[in-house]
Amino acid sequence: MTSTVENTVGRPLGRIEGPAKVTGEALYAAEYPVKDVTYAWVVQSPVPRGTLNAVVVDPLTEDDDVLAVLWHGNAPGLEDAGDPELAVLQSDRISYRGQAVALVVARTLEAARRAALEVRLDIAAEPHDALLRADHPELYTPEKVNPDFPAESRIGDVDAALAAAPVTVDVRYETPALHNNPMEPHATIAVWEGDDLLLYDSNQHGPGVAGTVAAAFGLTPDRVHVINEHVGGGFGSKGTARPNAVLAALAAKVVGRPVKLALPRQALFSMVGYRTPTMQHIRLGAERDGRLTAVSHEAVEQTSQLFEFAEQTTTITRHMYAAANRYTGHKLVRLDVPTPRWMRAPGEAPGMVGLECAMDELAERLGLDPIELRVRNEPDAEPESGVPFSSRHYVECLREGARRFGWAGREHRPRLRREGDWLIGTGVAGASYPTMAQPSTARVTLGADGTASVAIAASDIGTGARTILTQIAADELGLPASDIRMRIGDSTLPMASVAGGSSGSASWGWAVTEACRELRRTGRSEVTFDTSELIAQQEKDGKHAFGAHFAEVRVDTVTGEVRVSRMLGVFAAGRILNPRTARSQFLGGMTMGMGMALHEEGVLDSRTGDWVNHDLAEYHVPVHADIENIEAVWLEEHDADVNPMGSKGIGEIGIVGSPAAIVNAVWHATGVRVRDLPVRLDKLLPHL
Amino acid sequence: MKLAVNGVEHTLDIDPRTTLLDALREHLHLTGAKKGCDHGQCGACTVLLDGRRVNSCLVLAISQQDAEVTTIEGLSPHPLQEAFQEHDGFQCGYCTPGQICSAAGMLDEAAKGWPSAATPAGEEPTLSDAEIRERMSGNLCRCGAYANMVPAIAEVAGR
Repeated sequence: MTSTVENTVGRPLGRIEGPAKVTGEALYAAEYPVKDVTYAWVVQSPVPRGTLNAVVVDPLTEDDDVLAVLWHGNAPGLEDAGDPELAVLQSDRISYRGQAVALVVARTLEAARRAALEVRLDIAAEPHDALLRADHPELYTPEKVNPDFPAESRIGDVDAALAAAPVTVDVRYETPALHNNPMEPHATIAVWEGDDLLLYDSNQHGPGVAGTVAAAFGLTPDRVHVINEHVGGGFGSKGTARPNAVLAALAAKVVGRPVKLALPRQALFSMVGYRTPTMQHIRLGAERDGRLTAVSHEAVEQTSQLFEFAEQTTTITRHMYAAANRYTGHKLVRLDVPTPRWMRAPGEAPGMVGLECAMDELAERLGLDPIELRVRNEPDAEPESGVPFSSRHYVECLREGARRFGWAGREHRPRLRREGDWLIGTGVAGASYPTMAQPSTARVTLGADGTASVAIAASDIGTGARTILTQIAADELGLPASDIRMRIGDSTLPMASVAGGSSGSASWGWAVTEACRELRRTGRSEVTFDTSELIAQQEKDGKHAFGAHFAEVRVDTVTGEVRVSRMLGVFAAGRILNPRTARSQFLGGMTMGMGMALHEEGVLDSRTGDWVNHDLAEYHVPVHADIENIEAVWLEEHDADVNPMGSKGIGEIGIVGSPAAIVNAVWHATGVRVRDLPVRLDKLLPHL
Repeated sequence: MKLAVNGVEHTLDIDPRTTLLDALREHLHLTGAKKGCDHGQCGACTVLLDGRRVNSCLVLAISQQDAEVTTIEGLSPHPLQEAFQEHDGFQCGYCTPGQICSAAGMLDEAAKGWPSAATPAGEEPTLSDAEIRERMSGNLCRCGAYANMVPAIAEVAGR
């Protein structure tokens, strides 16, 4: 091994799987050639609550090609896998509209789909409640919010401080249900080989899916092999096994042949999770110079009858700004709706809309520059835990962004810039995301020819994980990146944590780093390293990435149309391992943030419990034409306290704060505060 | 039925309800064309049909027995593929073959002088960034790689 090879970490190495992706050779879950494969199609409940008495199959329906129609009356039993939504076809209870109540398996896709339409469901529907209200009588405070935070925090006396504060803001902001909508719908091919199960599955965590599906079938985890070499996005919706994995495995067992189940796009809206709508109440109290004396942030959210998912909407407020008196809290109600789950920056993304739009309103009330207001409330340590920040360059991000964006000289007052029919304004908002790492294991093997092979059951869902892990290994071993063979996307490789929580690079990179270092230290030709002990010893508090978002919008006074002319994100997110893939991730998060501000809205009809816009024609995501001038930059930051690479997670911070920057810019352009997202033209037009 | 794909004529015995996309993916194992929505709403299944871009999920295979189908596999190697890599115009890669096929078809349309909604009335279209964005807006990318795809396409367009 030589140390004269130039380091690759920090360099813009192209994606290793790039050639496979641009030629169409990269295989995603439903694309593996499997002999004798059959096709499954899900029958979903047409009612949100009730009892399924029977599934009636017309004997004339596709009888040559249909192999099975499974429902709770004939499906094999499953064990408890720790997630009630994975107990598929086990009960007559219907808990939400869109729930899988039957599964058709056929020789062809066309026959399965047709037969699923013909299946008749004998259902006793019951009255349901699918309407989230801030005054719902069954609201409760959960014990914890995702992933494991206290639901409430209280310091000092917020009410007294607000009563005494010379300047206050008391506002309510709402964010709608949002749907992950990865471009690749959730899909599984299940192949039984005796009692062993092979799954080609689209997910963010192969070992997790293997363990969960194994539990459902009463198997030990080593009997289930999950391959997820390429994953067409997930954004949180593929973090755990979804019903498609269990359904495919169940069906394959019954028909004795491999089964392919690719969910149709419409089914994603109900079966794989979504971001809960939130109703937020933010109260700020400040001195006349802008220093906060009180911060209160409360959120109302929904969850389902099947499963409690409590999103951590207000936890971000616990570490953003200094104030002596503080309260954050969450209230949930169980409705007859699909279960909300993780979507890119769960908690932080909607919570930062409330906090950072309220801060903008406070700046307006004070007649103060919104950047200056934030600078005046910079804390010395984490305001609630008191733990020092491992690194925090929030003010530097605001300052650098202001310089690049041309913020100086901005008129605080709104609705002063007009060009023809267009009103123009600018906005700013802060960004932050926790820096985490989870236990993982990597194996490094030196070959006789001097090259190295690295194995870890990590998942590259488009993040560039395969590439940056290669870079890390190359530098640690003193080899060129071309001499590293990186194996990921297979649950039989050494255990890796989920591609979630912006923790993939930190967690897997840490394991790869330690394995390589031990290999060099010991001179052995193969080393396997598990980071569990190292991570257990780490202080968890005080570790966050920070950033600042800037937006310029123009609003058409005739139509109410909002266009985002410029977006800039400035981040302090530790050491950037690969500037090419990092910039893309930041931009991707910011683009999704624009969708959250202006386009995306899951509309649940409370009368039917159904998502009425459950496809990509009616659930609007940003398209090419929406993205004009967008850029992401970062500050040099190396945080030795977070992990050996000095890196922080970057997958989610781009969507945290970017919606608020746009909403604040819309106010600056028009003088209109839209407090329920998305900012649709019908909400602006009456005021223009 | 017969189906000519990437210069090869295939004989298929398939259900007449089979879409062109499913014929490619499930019967010919040409999985470069992706299924994102199956409703013509996302563009991931874009292929060229007699040189023009179409959403293959909206076309019945049996209706195209006289057509020449070109998928990403048949388009390779193409300068757009190199440009997409150079500009990091993708992340998860699932929309990518459709984006590239769509861009190839779009460049041909622009070369023929076809206008778009972004073309000023009465003017010949030139492939400005605004024109590229407008013409590519039928191809969704949830990773948000748009900002990198546009310069990749502009580069191949000779700008």
